[in-house]
Amino acid sequence: MQDFIQHIINGISLGSIYALIALGYTMVYGILKMINFAHSDVYMVGAFAAYYVARFLGIENNPGFSTLITLLLFSMLSCAILGLAIERFAYRPLRKAPKLNILITAIGVSLFLEYGGQVVFGADPKVFPEVMKDFVLFNIADVELKSFDVTVLLVSLIAMLGLQFLIFKTKLGRAMRAVSANSSVASLLGVNPDRIITFTFIVGSALAGIGSVLVGMKYPKIDPLMGMMIGLKAFVAAVLGGIGNVGGAVLGALIMGLSEEMVVAYLSSTYRDALAFGILIVILIFKPAGLLGKYSVEKV
Amino acid sequence: MPDVILEARKITMQFGGLKAVDSLEFKIEKGQLAGLIGPNGAGKTTVFNMLTGVYAPTSGEVLLCGKSLAGLKPFEISHLGMTRTFQNIRLFKDLTVLDNVLIAGHQHMKYGIFDALVQTKKFVTAEQGLMDKAMDLLKIFKMDDKAHKAACSLPYGEQRKLEIVRALATDPKIILLDEPAAGMNHSETHHLMETIAKIRQQFNLTVLLIEHDMKLVMGICENIVVLDHGVKIEEGHPGKVQTSQRVIEAYLGVEEPG
Repeated sequence: MQDFIQHIINGISLGSIYALIALGYTMVYGILKMINFAHSDVYMVGAFAAYYVARFLGIENNPGFSTLITLLLFSMLSCAILGLAIERFAYRPLRKAPKLNILITAIGVSLFLEYGGQVVFGADPKVFPEVMKDFVLFNIADVELKSFDVTVLLVSLIAMLGLQFLIFKTKLGRAMRAVSANSSVASLLGVNPDRIITFTFIVGSALAGIGSVLVGMKYPKIDPLMGMMIGLKAFVAAVLGGIGNVGGAVLGALIMGLSEEMVVAYLSSTYRDALAFGILIVILIFKPAGLLGKYSVEKV
Repeated sequence: MPDVILEARKITMQFGGLKAVDSLEFKIEKGQLAGLIGPNGAGKTTVFNMLTGVYAPTSGEVLLCGKSLAGLKPFEISHLGMTRTFQNIRLFKDLTVLDNVLIAGHQHMKYGIFDALVQTKKFVTAEQGLMDKAMDLLKIFKMDDKAHKAACSLPYGEQRKLEIVRALATDPKIILLDEPAAGMNHSETHHLMETIAKIRQQFNLTVLLIEHDMKLVMGICENIVVLDHGVKIEEGHPGKVQTSQRVIEAYLGVEEPG
């Protein structure tokens, strides 16, 4: 029983990280109806930004709260700038082009970042700075709450509540929902859609930046291709929950994290990735629009 | 000479080989309740699309308060004080009634993202002010009790009214209404027209409305532009338009001699 609860905690922790990345996919999809394949590489660049900043400041072996905050801020900032640049220079010129062109461009940007990253950062893995020591914070009836998991949960919870507030209580969030529903009507009401799209990319990328520091903390080996698998799983999580739906992305990510943890614990770690896509297939058979997505039939 | 708020100078819209609107000219005076009428397919909605920046005119230009709107995007035109509603309702149907109205206030909200995240006083007062204003507007149209319902759950007539409320929330100087009474029955239409006349007084507005039902506009409009096949065939006060031979022919057809 203790084991089971322990796995649940680990699964939620893993799921929270997927959620931070899945949110970026789902927000961009919600507003532009495109899959931003470069998102997972923005996440990768975030990890490297944190790595270089830590080395520059000489805090790579200085675990603690201030290191965590510093790395989070720098990673978020770098990802936000990169996300903004990608939108501005790769996607905006194609705003009126067919969706397929933008999709192919996204794949191109992704490959550019992955292989450009190998040139700039080097292809060999690097050791992520020590963000904090992993120790047992609480031990309740043999269930251990470790500092890593608590940090992951707290940071992602704060980020998601912040996002929730942004989307539902501020003018920017309202404008995002309006542009997502109908961008030309939003424009006639005085909302500049381009600015809102830029803002969406900034927020989504910054969330990926948070994710990259949390992953780096837990699994401190980073390389330019590190975004591929986690990005794919986060994307699956977003589709699972209903792409375009913010709550759905979090739900999908938690399901992914939990089931992955359970498979590793009770079956075999060989199947962990097969499972992710297995779940996707099963859910999409029964709910084609995802768990919380709305499947709309075009009226004729 | 009264102030001209909106002026169309020889605006033409060509779609491939079709001239939807041809060298249309008119002036709307400040505070006027004007009508743009014409049979189906005359090009009325195309005119609205050109005025609000949805289409760029093939040639000619539109002036709002003497300023050319050439090259401006719809949101920039909205910032200058012109807004519109649609013939086919285009609400954000999954959002609440209140959110629909609040979005229109976006351009007047001057706080930044950091104000929002740390909840500065600027943020709190701005959001509260916007909320109060939206509720006041909804109250005028007797829809304040439905503020938290999804827009798509409203009955048809109220969805039409919500579009007008939403347009008013942008604080326009001039509002363009595209067939505001489409699909309404006689008493609903009558009531709506009264409301339009009332809000014009209250908000010191200029109103330009499209309608293809002639009788309806005759009652309330002070100036009417009649369009047929993209060309202006008559302009003036209702009495003049009503008796114009060309207007009668456009609506009823020409009698074949013999």
